[in-house]
Amino acid sequence: MAEFEIDLVATDGKVWSGTARQLVAPSVDGEMGILAGHTPVLAVLRPGEIRVYPGEGAVQRWSVDGGFLSFDENRATIVVDAVSSEPQSAAAAH
Amino acid sequence: MAGLQRIYKQRIKSTQSLKKMFRAQELIAASRIGKARDRVTMATPYSRAITRAVSAVATHTNVSHPFLVDRTDTNRVAVLVIASDRGMAGAYSANVIRETERLVQRLTDEGREVALYVSGRRAVTYYTFRGRELAGEWSGHSDAPSTEVAGEIADALLGAFTAPADQGGVAEVHVVFTQFVNMVSQQARVIRMLPLEVVEGVETHDAADQLPLYEFEPEPAVVLDALLPRYVRARIYACLLQAAASELAARQRAMHTATENAEDLIRMYTRLANQARQGEITQEISEIVSGADALASAS
Repeated sequence: MAEFEIDLVATDGKVWSGTARQLVAPSVDGEMGILAGHTPVLAVLRPGEIRVYPGEGAVQRWSVDGGFLSFDENRATIVVDAVSSEPQSAAAAH
Repeated sequence: MAGLQRIYKQRIKSTQSLKKMFRAQELIAASRIGKARDRVTMATPYSRAITRAVSAVATHTNVSHPFLVDRTDTNRVAVLVIASDRGMAGAYSANVIRETERLVQRLTDEGREVALYVSGRRAVTYYTFRGRELAGEWSGHSDAPSTEVAGEIADALLGAFTAPADQGGVAEVHVVFTQFVNMVSQQARVIRMLPLEVVEGVETHDAADQLPLYEFEPEPAVVLDALLPRYVRARIYACLLQAAASELAARQRAMHTATENAEDLIRMYTRLANQARQGEITQEISEIVSGADALASAS
């Protein structure tokens, strides 16, 4: 399945970057799922949970408190004010 | 004569202990500067992403936003000064303050009324000592600024910019900070923060890297509303980080010079002390010899 790149960036540094099959982010109007080849989008995020579904391995989750998401040319950049928790499947990702 | 020797010895001792302190400060600054520069690098992805997003909104829509238009209803302007909390950094704070004074003078000549927002204890004491009123002050973080402090400063400035004219609203926000060019060169700079001129990312947009047409979620105006305060916050944070790195570099250099100076002084005092010792010995010998001569001629 097609994958795309994701950068998760907080104010004081890059939190995570890698490739994934699907991304779910809490946009202000409700959860928003993104797959590879999505149309370019700029969305405002509300506090909530970001889920990243990698091609293989477990889902990674972060809870964030607001920010925005931009997607273009198969690259998603999630810019958040602060990430409140470490990914729970950090060990599984390696 | 013996007195002179003792005085020189004392001076050598005190200069030596000063030299130790200078050396320690130099090493502290040197070890912190690496961290400060790392922080600058760490904050870059965020500000790059946000700048890109802001220019995307600005280029593809023509929504207007209060942050982007000039205000004409008030002639108050805000100036944010970013200086250090401590001295021992050579002319670092003095340069920033001089640049600020020049800016304030220019704005006053244009008939503007200046409201000062000051970060860093050195600048705060400079202005309070001169009885100048400060609209806002922050201190205690100048060599390691946090995003929280940057947020506080940004909120205060944005609050002033959006406030109505009769409640202390300001028409422009300027920032004076020191840009970190490299380890030996830091430069005091003035930038106009608000109203924003959305800078088309200086190096990001050549023809090959055109911004695509975005869809906005929920709508351009709301996106811009969420983006711009963050953009301002990121820029202020970037200024604080630059200033912190500059401060540490300036301190390292100043303390290095001070250490060398102390070494020079010690060398000079050692020579003087040796001379005094020699003089004392010569005198003693001549006293003994003349005493012996006198005894010999008497017998």
